[in-house]
Amino acid sequence: MEQKTKINAEEGKQELTITREFDLPVELLFKAYEELELVEQWMGTRVLKLENKKHGSYQFETSHNGQVVFQANGTIHEFVPNQKITRTFEIENAPIGVQLEFLEFVKTTDDTSKLSIQIIYKSERHRAEQLKLPFANGLNMAHDKLQEIINKLK
Amino acid sequence: MNIRRDVFQAIADPTRRAVLLLVASQSMTAGAIASNFDTARPTVSKHLQILTECELLKQEQNGREIYYHLNAKKMKEVADFIEPFRKMWDDRFNKLETVMKNYKNK
Repeated sequence: MEQKTKINAEEGKQELTITREFDLPVELLFKAYEELELVEQWMGTRVLKLENKKHGSYQFETSHNGQVVFQANGTIHEFVPNQKITRTFEIENAPIGVQLEFLEFVKTTDDTSKLSIQIIYKSERHRAEQLKLPFANGLNMAHDKLQEIINKLK
Repeated sequence: MNIRRDVFQAIADPTRRAVLLLVASQSMTAGAIASNFDTARPTVSKHLQILTECELLKQEQNGREIYYHLNAKKMKEVADFIEPFRKMWDDRFNKLETVMKNYKNK
Protein backbone atom coordinates (compact mmCIF):
# COMPACT_ATOMS: atom_id res chain seq x y z
CA MET A 1 0.00 0.00 0.00
CA GLU A 2 1.36 3.37 -1.02
CA GLN A 3 1.71 5.99 1.69
CA LYS A 4 -0.49 9.01 1.09
CA THR A 5 1.76 11.49 2.85
CA LYS A 6 5.41 11.44 1.90
CA ILE A 7 8.37 13.19 3.47
CA ASN A 8 11.60 13.72 1.61
CA ALA A 9 14.45 14.87 3.83
CA GLU A 10 17.76 14.41 2.07
CA GLU A 11 20.84 13.99 4.14
CA GLY A 12 23.04 17.02 4.58
CA LYS A 13 20.31 19.48 3.58
CA GLN A 14 18.44 22.07 5.63
CA GLU A 15 15.12 21.54 3.91
CA LEU A 16 12.46 18.91 3.57
CA THR A 17 9.43 18.31 1.38
CA ILE A 18 6.02 17.03 2.42
CA THR A 19 3.74 15.80 -0.36
CA ARG A 20 0.22 14.53 -0.13
CA GLU A 21 -2.50 13.60 -2.61
CA PHE A 22 -6.04 14.48 -1.63
CA ASP A 23 -9.34 13.03 -2.60
CA LEU A 24 -10.63 16.62 -2.88
CA PRO A 25 -10.89 19.18 -5.67
CA VAL A 26 -8.06 21.72 -5.42
CA GLU A 27 -10.57 24.49 -4.53
CA LEU A 28 -11.68 22.60 -1.41
CA LEU A 29 -8.11 21.77 -0.46
CA PHE A 30 -7.18 25.43 -0.69
CA LYS A 31 -10.25 26.48 1.27
CA ALA A 32 -9.05 24.28 4.14
CA TYR A 33 -6.04 26.63 4.36
CA GLU A 34 -7.99 29.79 3.68
CA GLU A 35 -10.81 29.78 6.23
CA LEU A 36 -9.98 30.29 9.87
CA GLU A 37 -12.68 27.93 11.23
CA LEU A 38 -11.58 25.15 8.89
CA VAL A 39 -7.89 25.54 9.78
CA GLU A 40 -8.86 25.27 13.44
CA GLN A 41 -10.71 22.03 12.81
CA TRP A 42 -8.03 20.09 10.98
CA MET A 43 -4.95 21.60 12.65
CA GLY A 44 -6.50 21.04 16.07
CA THR A 45 -5.50 24.48 17.31
CA ARG A 46 -7.15 27.85 17.89
CA VAL A 47 -6.41 30.35 15.16
CA LEU A 48 -6.16 33.81 16.69
CA LYS A 49 -5.43 35.56 13.43
CA LEU A 50 -5.28 34.64 9.75
CA GLU A 51 -4.75 37.42 7.23
CA ASN A 52 -4.56 35.81 3.83
CA LYS A 53 -2.74 38.45 1.85
CA LYS A 54 0.74 39.66 0.99
CA HIS A 55 2.34 40.99 4.20
CA GLY A 56 -0.49 39.47 6.24
CA SER A 57 0.21 37.42 9.32
CA TYR A 58 -1.24 34.53 11.28
CA GLN A 59 -1.20 33.17 14.81
CA PHE A 60 -2.03 29.78 16.32
CA GLU A 61 -2.54 28.98 19.99
CA THR A 62 -3.46 25.69 21.66
CA SER A 63 -4.51 25.35 25.27
CA HIS A 64 -4.80 22.26 27.38
CA ASN A 65 -6.59 22.40 30.74
CA GLY A 66 -6.49 26.19 30.68
CA GLN A 67 -2.76 26.33 29.99
CA VAL A 68 -1.23 27.47 26.72
CA VAL A 69 0.79 24.53 25.38
CA PHE A 70 1.50 25.60 21.81
CA GLN A 71 1.96 28.98 20.14
CA ALA A 72 3.01 29.56 16.57
CA ASN A 73 2.98 32.45 14.15
CA GLY A 74 4.15 33.56 10.75
CA THR A 75 3.95 36.08 7.94
CA ILE A 76 2.43 35.56 4.53
CA HIS A 77 4.48 36.62 1.51
CA GLU A 78 2.44 35.26 -1.37
CA PHE A 79 -1.18 34.22 -1.46
CA VAL A 80 -2.50 33.00 -4.83
CA PRO A 81 -5.90 31.24 -4.44
CA ASN A 82 -5.90 27.57 -5.50
CA GLN A 83 -2.22 27.77 -6.44
CA LYS A 84 0.25 28.79 -3.78
CA ILE A 85 1.03 30.22 -0.37
CA THR A 86 4.50 31.35 0.60
CA ARG A 87 4.95 32.08 4.28
CA THR A 88 7.20 31.92 7.30
CA PHE A 89 6.34 29.77 10.29
CA GLU A 90 7.70 29.73 13.80
CA ILE A 91 6.79 27.65 16.82
CA GLU A 92 7.33 29.87 19.84
CA ASN A 93 9.70 28.61 22.55
CA ALA A 94 10.98 25.75 20.39
CA PRO A 95 14.58 25.22 19.20
CA ILE A 96 13.50 24.94 15.56
CA GLY A 97 13.64 28.63 14.69
CA VAL A 98 11.87 30.40 11.86
CA GLN A 99 11.20 28.34 8.77
CA LEU A 100 10.27 29.33 5.24
CA GLU A 101 7.41 27.41 3.63
CA PHE A 102 6.42 27.12 -0.03
CA LEU A 103 3.00 25.54 -0.39
CA GLU A 104 1.91 24.48 -3.87
CA PHE A 105 -1.63 23.35 -4.63
CA VAL A 106 -2.05 21.39 -7.84
CA LYS A 107 -5.20 20.10 -9.51
CA THR A 108 -4.64 16.47 -10.59
CA THR A 109 -8.21 15.69 -11.75
CA ASP A 110 -11.57 17.43 -11.17
CA ASP A 111 -11.92 15.59 -7.86
CA THR A 112 -8.33 15.14 -6.72
CA SER A 113 -5.45 17.41 -5.91
CA LYS A 114 -1.90 17.44 -4.63
CA LEU A 115 -0.20 19.59 -2.06
CA SER A 116 3.53 19.93 -1.76
CA ILE A 117 5.16 21.89 1.03
CA GLN A 118 8.83 22.72 0.80
CA ILE A 119 10.18 23.80 4.18
CA ILE A 120 13.55 25.48 4.56
CA TYR A 121 15.17 25.67 7.99
CA LYS A 122 17.97 27.88 9.29
CA SER A 123 20.36 24.92 9.34
CA GLU A 124 20.48 21.14 9.17
CA ARG A 125 20.51 21.12 12.97
CA HIS A 126 17.24 23.09 13.10
CA ARG A 127 15.68 20.58 10.72
CA ALA A 128 16.77 17.74 13.02
CA GLU A 129 15.05 19.46 15.96
CA GLN A 130 11.84 19.64 13.95
CA LEU A 131 11.91 15.91 13.26
CA LYS A 132 12.44 15.09 16.91
CA LEU A 133 9.48 17.17 18.07
CA PRO A 134 6.52 14.89 17.25
CA PHE A 135 8.50 11.93 18.52
CA ALA A 136 9.06 13.69 21.84
CA ASN A 137 5.40 14.77 21.96
CA GLY A 138 4.33 11.21 21.21
CA LEU A 139 6.36 10.00 24.15
CA ASN A 140 4.86 12.69 26.36
CA MET A 141 1.38 11.72 25.27
CA ALA A 142 2.07 8.06 26.01
CA HIS A 143 3.40 9.15 29.38
CA ASP A 144 0.33 11.30 30.09
CA LYS A 145 -1.92 8.39 29.17
CA LEU A 146 0.02 6.16 31.55
CA GLN A 147 -0.28 8.76 34.30
CA GLU A 148 -4.01 8.96 33.67
CA ILE A 149 -4.40 5.20 34.06
CA ILE A 150 -2.27 5.17 37.21
CA ASN A 151 -4.36 7.99 38.70
CA LYS A 152 -7.50 5.99 38.11
CA LEU A 153 -6.01 3.05 39.97
CA LYS A 154 -5.25 5.14 43.02
CA MET B 1 -5.45 2.77 10.12
CA ASN B 2 -3.31 -0.33 10.04
CA ILE B 3 -1.33 -0.35 13.23
CA ARG B 4 1.07 -2.97 11.88
CA ARG B 5 2.59 -0.56 9.46
CA ASP B 6 3.86 1.63 12.27
CA VAL B 7 7.63 1.11 12.30
CA PHE B 8 7.92 2.18 15.90
CA GLN B 9 5.41 -0.46 16.87
CA ALA B 10 7.46 -2.94 14.85
CA ILE B 11 10.75 -2.24 16.56
CA ALA B 12 9.17 -2.20 20.03
CA ASP B 13 9.18 -6.02 20.00
CA PRO B 14 12.45 -7.68 21.18
CA THR B 15 12.16 -10.65 18.79
CA ARG B 16 11.71 -8.33 15.83
CA ARG B 17 14.73 -6.29 16.90
CA ALA B 18 16.72 -9.53 17.08
CA VAL B 19 15.55 -10.43 13.55
CA LEU B 20 16.72 -7.05 12.26
CA LEU B 21 20.14 -7.50 13.87
CA LEU B 22 20.44 -10.97 12.40
CA VAL B 23 19.50 -9.91 8.89
CA ALA B 24 21.70 -6.81 9.10
CA SER B 25 24.81 -8.97 8.59
CA GLN B 26 23.50 -10.97 5.61
CA SER B 27 20.34 -11.77 3.62
CA MET B 28 18.62 -14.90 4.94
CA THR B 29 15.68 -17.15 4.15
CA ALA B 30 12.74 -17.39 6.56
CA GLY B 31 13.89 -20.91 7.52
CA ALA B 32 17.43 -19.76 8.34
CA ILE B 33 16.06 -16.86 10.41
CA ALA B 34 13.65 -19.16 12.29
CA SER B 35 16.44 -21.61 13.14
CA ASN B 36 17.99 -18.87 15.30
CA PHE B 37 14.94 -18.69 17.56
CA ASP B 38 13.23 -21.10 19.91
CA THR B 39 9.84 -19.73 18.91
CA ALA B 40 7.59 -21.68 16.55
CA ARG B 41 8.13 -21.14 12.84
CA PRO B 42 4.67 -19.53 12.23
CA THR B 43 5.43 -16.99 14.98
CA VAL B 44 8.68 -16.04 13.26
CA SER B 45 6.83 -15.82 9.93
CA LYS B 46 4.37 -13.41 11.52
CA HIS B 47 7.25 -11.22 12.75
CA LEU B 48 8.80 -11.28 9.26
CA GLN B 49 5.46 -10.30 7.77
CA ILE B 50 5.15 -7.32 10.11
CA LEU B 51 8.72 -6.19 9.42
CA THR B 52 8.11 -6.51 5.67
CA GLU B 53 4.80 -4.64 5.83
CA CYS B 54 6.43 -1.67 7.49
CA GLU B 55 9.27 -1.89 4.97
CA LEU B 56 12.08 -2.54 7.43
CA LEU B 57 12.74 -5.79 5.58
CA LYS B 58 12.67 -6.42 1.86
CA GLN B 59 12.05 -9.72 0.15
CA GLU B 60 14.18 -10.88 -2.74
CA GLN B 61 13.48 -13.94 -4.85
CA ASN B 62 16.58 -16.01 -5.50
CA GLY B 63 15.69 -19.13 -7.49
CA ARG B 64 13.09 -20.95 -5.44
CA GLU B 65 14.04 -19.25 -2.20
CA ILE B 66 12.90 -15.92 -0.79
CA TYR B 67 15.65 -14.03 0.98
CA TYR B 68 15.03 -11.28 3.50
CA HIS B 69 17.33 -8.32 3.70
CA LEU B 70 17.42 -5.10 5.64
CA ASN B 71 15.96 -1.99 4.03
CA ALA B 72 18.71 0.41 5.01
CA LYS B 73 16.79 3.46 3.80
CA LYS B 74 13.81 2.74 6.06
CA MET B 75 16.10 1.97 9.00
CA LYS B 76 17.70 5.34 8.50
CA GLU B 77 14.31 7.05 8.52
CA VAL B 78 13.64 5.50 11.89
CA ALA B 79 16.98 6.74 13.14
CA ASP B 80 16.27 10.22 11.80
CA PHE B 81 12.82 10.33 13.40
CA ILE B 82 11.18 10.96 10.06
CA GLU B 83 8.40 8.45 10.61
CA PRO B 84 6.72 10.16 13.62
CA PHE B 85 6.90 13.48 11.75
CA ARG B 86 5.35 11.88 8.66
CA LYS B 87 2.68 10.21 10.77
CA MET B 88 1.82 13.54 12.40
CA TRP B 89 1.25 15.14 8.98
CA ASP B 90 -0.57 12.10 7.68
CA ASP B 91 -3.03 12.24 10.60
CA ARG B 92 -3.45 15.97 10.13
CA PHE B 93 -4.11 15.66 6.39
CA ASN B 94 -6.54 12.78 6.93
CA LYS B 95 -8.42 15.11 9.24
CA LEU B 96 -8.32 17.87 6.61
CA GLU B 97 -9.81 15.48 4.04
CA THR B 98 -12.63 14.47 6.42
CA VAL B 99 -13.37 18.07 7.43
CA MET B 100 -13.56 19.19 3.80
CA LYS B 101 -15.72 16.26 2.70
CA ASN B 102 -18.22 17.16 5.41
CA TYR B 103 -17.97 20.82 4.42
CA LYS B 104 -18.75 19.98 0.78
CA ASN B 105 -21.79 17.94 1.76
CA LYS B 106 -23.29 20.68 3.87
